[in-house]
Amino acid sequence: MSRRLSIGPFNRVEGDLEVTLDIADGRVASAQVCSSLYRGFEQILIAKHPLDALVIVPRICGICSVSQSAAAAAALADATGLQMPVNGRLASQLILACENLADHLTHFYLFFMPDFGRAAYRRRPWHAQAEKRFKADVGEALREVLPARADWLRLMGYLAGKWPHSLALQPGGTTRAITATEKVRLLTVLREFRAFLSRCVFGDTLENVGALRSAGQLTAWAQGRAADFPRFLDIAADLGLERIGRGSDTFLSYGAYAQPEQEGQQDRDGQHLFARGVWRDGAQAFDEALISEDVAHAWLFGEQPLHPRQGETRPLVADFADQPGAYTWCKAPRYDARVAETGALARQMVDGQPLLRALVTANGGSVLARVVARLFEIALVVPAMESWVRALTPGEPFCNQWQLPDQATAVGLVEAARGALGHWLQIEGGKIARYQIIAPTTWNFSPRDAGGVPGALEQALVGLPVGEGESMPLVVQHVVRSFDPCMVCTVH
Amino acid sequence: MKVLWLQAAGCGGCTQSLLGAENRAGVLAQFADAGLELLLHPALSEASGDEALALLRAAASGDLPFDILCIEGALLRGPNGSGRFQMLSGSGRPLIDWVRELAAQARTVIAIGSCSAFGGIISSGENLTDACGLQFDGDQAGGLLGPDFRAAAGLPVINVAGCPVHPGWVVDTLLALALGAFSESDLDPWQRPRSYTEQLVHHGCPRNEYYEFKASAQKLSDLGCLMENMGCKGTQANADCNLRPWNGVGSCVRGGFPCISCTEPGFEEPGHPFMATPKIAGIPIGLPIDMPKAWFVALAALSKSATPRRVRENSRSDHPVILPGTRKSGPK
Repeated sequence: MSRRLSIGPFNRVEGDLEVTLDIADGRVASAQVCSSLYRGFEQILIAKHPLDALVIVPRICGICSVSQSAAAAAALADATGLQMPVNGRLASQLILACENLADHLTHFYLFFMPDFGRAAYRRRPWHAQAEKRFKADVGEALREVLPARADWLRLMGYLAGKWPHSLALQPGGTTRAITATEKVRLLTVLREFRAFLSRCVFGDTLENVGALRSAGQLTAWAQGRAADFPRFLDIAADLGLERIGRGSDTFLSYGAYAQPEQEGQQDRDGQHLFARGVWRDGAQAFDEALISEDVAHAWLFGEQPLHPRQGETRPLVADFADQPGAYTWCKAPRYDARVAETGALARQMVDGQPLLRALVTANGGSVLARVVARLFEIALVVPAMESWVRALTPGEPFCNQWQLPDQATAVGLVEAARGALGHWLQIEGGKIARYQIIAPTTWNFSPRDAGGVPGALEQALVGLPVGEGESMPLVVQHVVRSFDPCMVCTVH
Repeated sequence: MKVLWLQAAGCGGCTQSLLGAENRAGVLAQFADAGLELLLHPALSEASGDEALALLRAAASGDLPFDILCIEGALLRGPNGSGRFQMLSGSGRPLIDWVRELAAQARTVIAIGSCSAFGGIISSGENLTDACGLQFDGDQAGGLLGPDFRAAAGLPVINVAGCPVHPGWVVDTLLALALGAFSESDLDPWQRPRSYTEQLVHHGCPRNEYYEFKASAQKLSDLGCLMENMGCKGTQANADCNLRPWNGVGSCVRGGFPCISCTEPGFEEPGHPFMATPKIAGIPIGLPIDMPKAWFVALAALSKSATPRRVRENSRSDHPVILPGTRKSGPK
């Protein structure tokens, strides 16, 4: 028995997604992931003033807005050879970390957990509790989480003016110098968020969570603990979420949150709080030159895989039937010709977080490991943010001045909540001549490449059980949402 | 009231902004308490796939009556009028077809954000996707639904413009509708709710003293007025951004960067780099709204010559280098 199942609109992901499954003998035999919206940001940017990118790129995505700004600012800084003053670097990181953690929280409570409150799970022992706390739109957790999230975003009010779509991140630093009083208030916001996390999310201190090193410790820790992360772990154990959703098991991270060398104790590559690198059965150094994108299965013109420095984006505008193998607007990025997964799990794998390495060693990348990685990151990053605020020096500069060159080729690589985000910029005659973007979900929700190799999610869906009458299988939804896809970034 | 929310070709940022509304129990509880029921929202609802499609089909056919249609994101008519750049996933049909059908059934239609109001950022450059708003194409009436469109309750599209919207603009508009307290006289000439466009971004600007003395920022991160050099349009932009803070304490100018007048049709193509003020003979082209040019020139010359040293020095620094004097006590 085989059939084809097309699932869309896929809600509670950011943006437009359709997933098509070929099902044989009750299991997914192959999957196609379609990004069904094309907006053309890479063309919009052509011929603009280079600094206008800072207005345009955040508007690619309202949930990764600051990440897009940070990548553009990094590319512009690369074009000028500019360094930020210490305050500017710390403030930039605080802004990016604020967005990344807000996104992790939004994903957990608004996008991912509501599926466990569905009526289809009503026979599970945890269902009544999950429905009460997490049900979409009405779960009681939302009455705590949304106000806590709004309070958290006050960091943006102080540091970035507003979120989303700020212009505070500039190549030379940030536009908003923080005063001594505001530094106290930033620490207050952090302290209140920490208290919310300890009470509502973890049921423990962030430090105790961050110290868990093995699956056994995690299970023992979660036992009977009345908070939402342990509740998830209980559900995950019952449903076997550690056994579903295995992707390519090649993990890519550009490195998150630059550390100055004089402060650098936590960073293993000497530059980042979470190291830059690639993990494939072991840690490897990252080489930007090994990135390429191909369009063999996209509704785009193009002959061969190109490095984004030479990349192009030319959409089909008619004759879609002439490219019968195409099924998405998304390009297929590859690292050293391989499919790579990116995101919080990749960051923690590359960085060597013992718990995540243990989970992946046991079962590969999984729904469980991806969700655990996000929540771990919250526990690890809040203390780092506290130290960054303490290191701010009111009165010292937040932004260096720059002179943009008339000609330049530059790259900005940052870690967004969802993973590796790169902007490749070419300036000619003082204007943008080329702008290429590879977003985290471009990696994760990539289509097949010219060699027919499916992308990370396409691989992760294969083998999932789908019942005879099921049109919207829950396991498929868990796996898709475990990546926290951002479809508006994917195609841009 | 039943609310149906769709995301067209936008960034989802208006929803993200809305979720940050400052309310003791969060904006979803606030809506529920006000009698607003979210039938479907792509970022929030449980339903996906078939469940969501069934609901949309019922709403589009009239079988499922609903009150308010909120559209976030621009409407993509391209390529070649096909709408192919955005298909509603799982339906095999362009999103613009769904929007036309649903708008015909809705009691009230709201454009959430400048993209669905006017086209917004997606329509900039060569506008290869042929993006437009629901009832405007930039500053031209028309758009997807046409200049004569009226939703069933009698109003044209309500344009809650902004990139992104302030959460309060959406909340105020939806809650007024829920109360039956919103009429056509509440709309400004761009069909935006006057509740937030009767003010200027300039109102409540924390840089007012620098503005008064034309003590201008020379670079981003300076404390001075951002109008003369940095492209700020706060004296021309209709919005209450500095009377009602963003994220509790902020706004664009409070964040140290210029207002780009994102509530206005065509903000995405200002005709100059966003962060630089275009000038003729040293005078900014875009003058404060309602102000004759000769007056502005005269006032600027006078106020520049009268600028206190404190204001001048501080305007060129990212933190105050000279503090205001301290008033002596006693009656004056």
